[in-house]
Amino acid sequence: MTPLSRRAERAAPWILAAVILVAWEAVCRGFRVSEFIFPAPTAIVAALVEFAGPIAGHAWKTFWTTMAGFAIGVAVGLLLGFVVGSSRVTYSAVYPLLVGFNSVPKAAFVPVLVVWFGIGTIPAILTAFLICFFPIVVNVATGLATLEPELEDVLRSLGATRRDVLFKVGLPRSLPFFFASLKVAITLAFVGTVVSETVASNDGIGYLMMSAGSSMRMPLVFAGLAVIGVMAMLMYELFAAVERRTTAWAHRGQAAA
Amino acid sequence: MADRAAAGLRAAPRAVPASAAGPRGRVEFRDVFLAYEGHDEFAVEAISLAIEPGEFVAIVGPSGCGKSTFMKLASGLKPATRGEVVVDGQRVGGPLKIVGMAFQAPTLLPWRTTLDNVLLPLEIVEPYRSSFRRERVAYAARARALLATVGLAGYEQEFPWQLSGGMQQRASICRALVHEPEMLLLDEPFGALDAFTREELWCVLRDLWQAQRFTVILVTHDLREAVFLADTVYVMSRRPGRVVARRAVDLPRPRDLDVTYTDAFSGIVHELRDRIGAIRRT
Repeated sequence: MTPLSRRAERAAPWILAAVILVAWEAVCRGFRVSEFIFPAPTAIVAALVEFAGPIAGHAWKTFWTTMAGFAIGVAVGLLLGFVVGSSRVTYSAVYPLLVGFNSVPKAAFVPVLVVWFGIGTIPAILTAFLICFFPIVVNVATGLATLEPELEDVLRSLGATRRDVLFKVGLPRSLPFFFASLKVAITLAFVGTVVSETVASNDGIGYLMMSAGSSMRMPLVFAGLAVIGVMAMLMYELFAAVERRTTAWAHRGQAAA
Repeated sequence: MADRAAAGLRAAPRAVPASAAGPRGRVEFRDVFLAYEGHDEFAVEAISLAIEPGEFVAIVGPSGCGKSTFMKLASGLKPATRGEVVVDGQRVGGPLKIVGMAFQAPTLLPWRTTLDNVLLPLEIVEPYRSSFRRERVAYAARARALLATVGLAGYEQEFPWQLSGGMQQRASICRALVHEPEMLLLDEPFGALDAFTREELWCVLRDLWQAQRFTVILVTHDLREAVFLADTVYVMSRRPGRVVARRAVDLPRPRDLDVTYTDAFSGIVHELRDRIGAIRRT
């Protein structure tokens, strides 16, 4: 690849984003779309600047709520994935239940959480957790369960215990799967938090958007959307970088190898 | 014993003196049958043969004849359905710890360096396991020496995916040998390699065996490979696998690659070829 085309590749997403924003602005102005229906990017930026203080406060709240739910999700996901993936019996016992649980829309679960824990942070944390732990479980379990039979023969013929196989091979092998799932889980966790905040909270970006929407301040609603989008993207990139650093051996195709 | 010391692989003292119980690695199959779960038909049947300590045995046959099943029986990974497998006078009841194994796929761990891959068995198998932390330097030296004998000196810190297929297979064989097993089980170890690399690795294996004289069971579909390396070649029939012929290879040792162009060599290969042809026609 030439340096020029590499630079083009790196600039491509920024160029596309800019093109979309310009088109958006042009459509809003050209057709004189009302700000109450579909605000132009400039109007959204204006709202962002005008309400910078409150938005930052709500964003911070949403951020740490999400991280709390995500942290619980990682802990539970790892543990469950470990249990599910380490033996065939637990795999066949737990897996169908997990799939069933995962197909329940988590938004439908928020009212239940509100009855149990009241309005506020706890339902938001729990919704984030509930929505994000599943991909972690599935990935860790898959990494553990898909050991090459020949490798298992080699280890067993050496007298390796199940624990040996798990620690020497299973866990390192499932690490790339685990980190890949973190990227998916963090974006899902944001979804969970915001859904819960919209329904049952007095702060957070979800609440902000809800109340701004009910008073027809659409630029502010879109500003909230933009903030969530940026936060989720930054966290995704963070975990993508962690993944690349820790499990370079699994990404050898892209690496200098 | 002298050539063992000379091989340069004995950097660490041998934990279990082989001389104490006489040479080990004698394998005997006594009328062994094996059926896999859920199958009525036997995968192998009525196998009776004896492999002497230090003997190099090759098993050949058409594909799907139960050659790999034979390996699983010899290593104790699969119990015999009928009959018994006896190793060093003991009936085999579970996985044997005196074997090293290598397969067609090198199955190296991609997150470990080549050296750490070779050290893996020492982290697992006794008596090395309990002294692994203390003796790590000595063990690493042994692994390096072993890697050097197969031509991998200088590649210890590379990751497996940075090596070529042939080099990975060399490392895989080192991993199978580092804990000084009495028995080396090879399941088509050179099957995925190109012809030149394969012949190179024949010589690597020949030299390792010549120096250490462990028992080898080599499963292969390459008749030239079998005749070049083995003392005795067994021909297996199609499923259910039976041993239909035994052919001692009396070519003088040490064998050079040139031997593969002699009439004696071709004669044996042809003879085996005919036997297998006869099986395939039936």
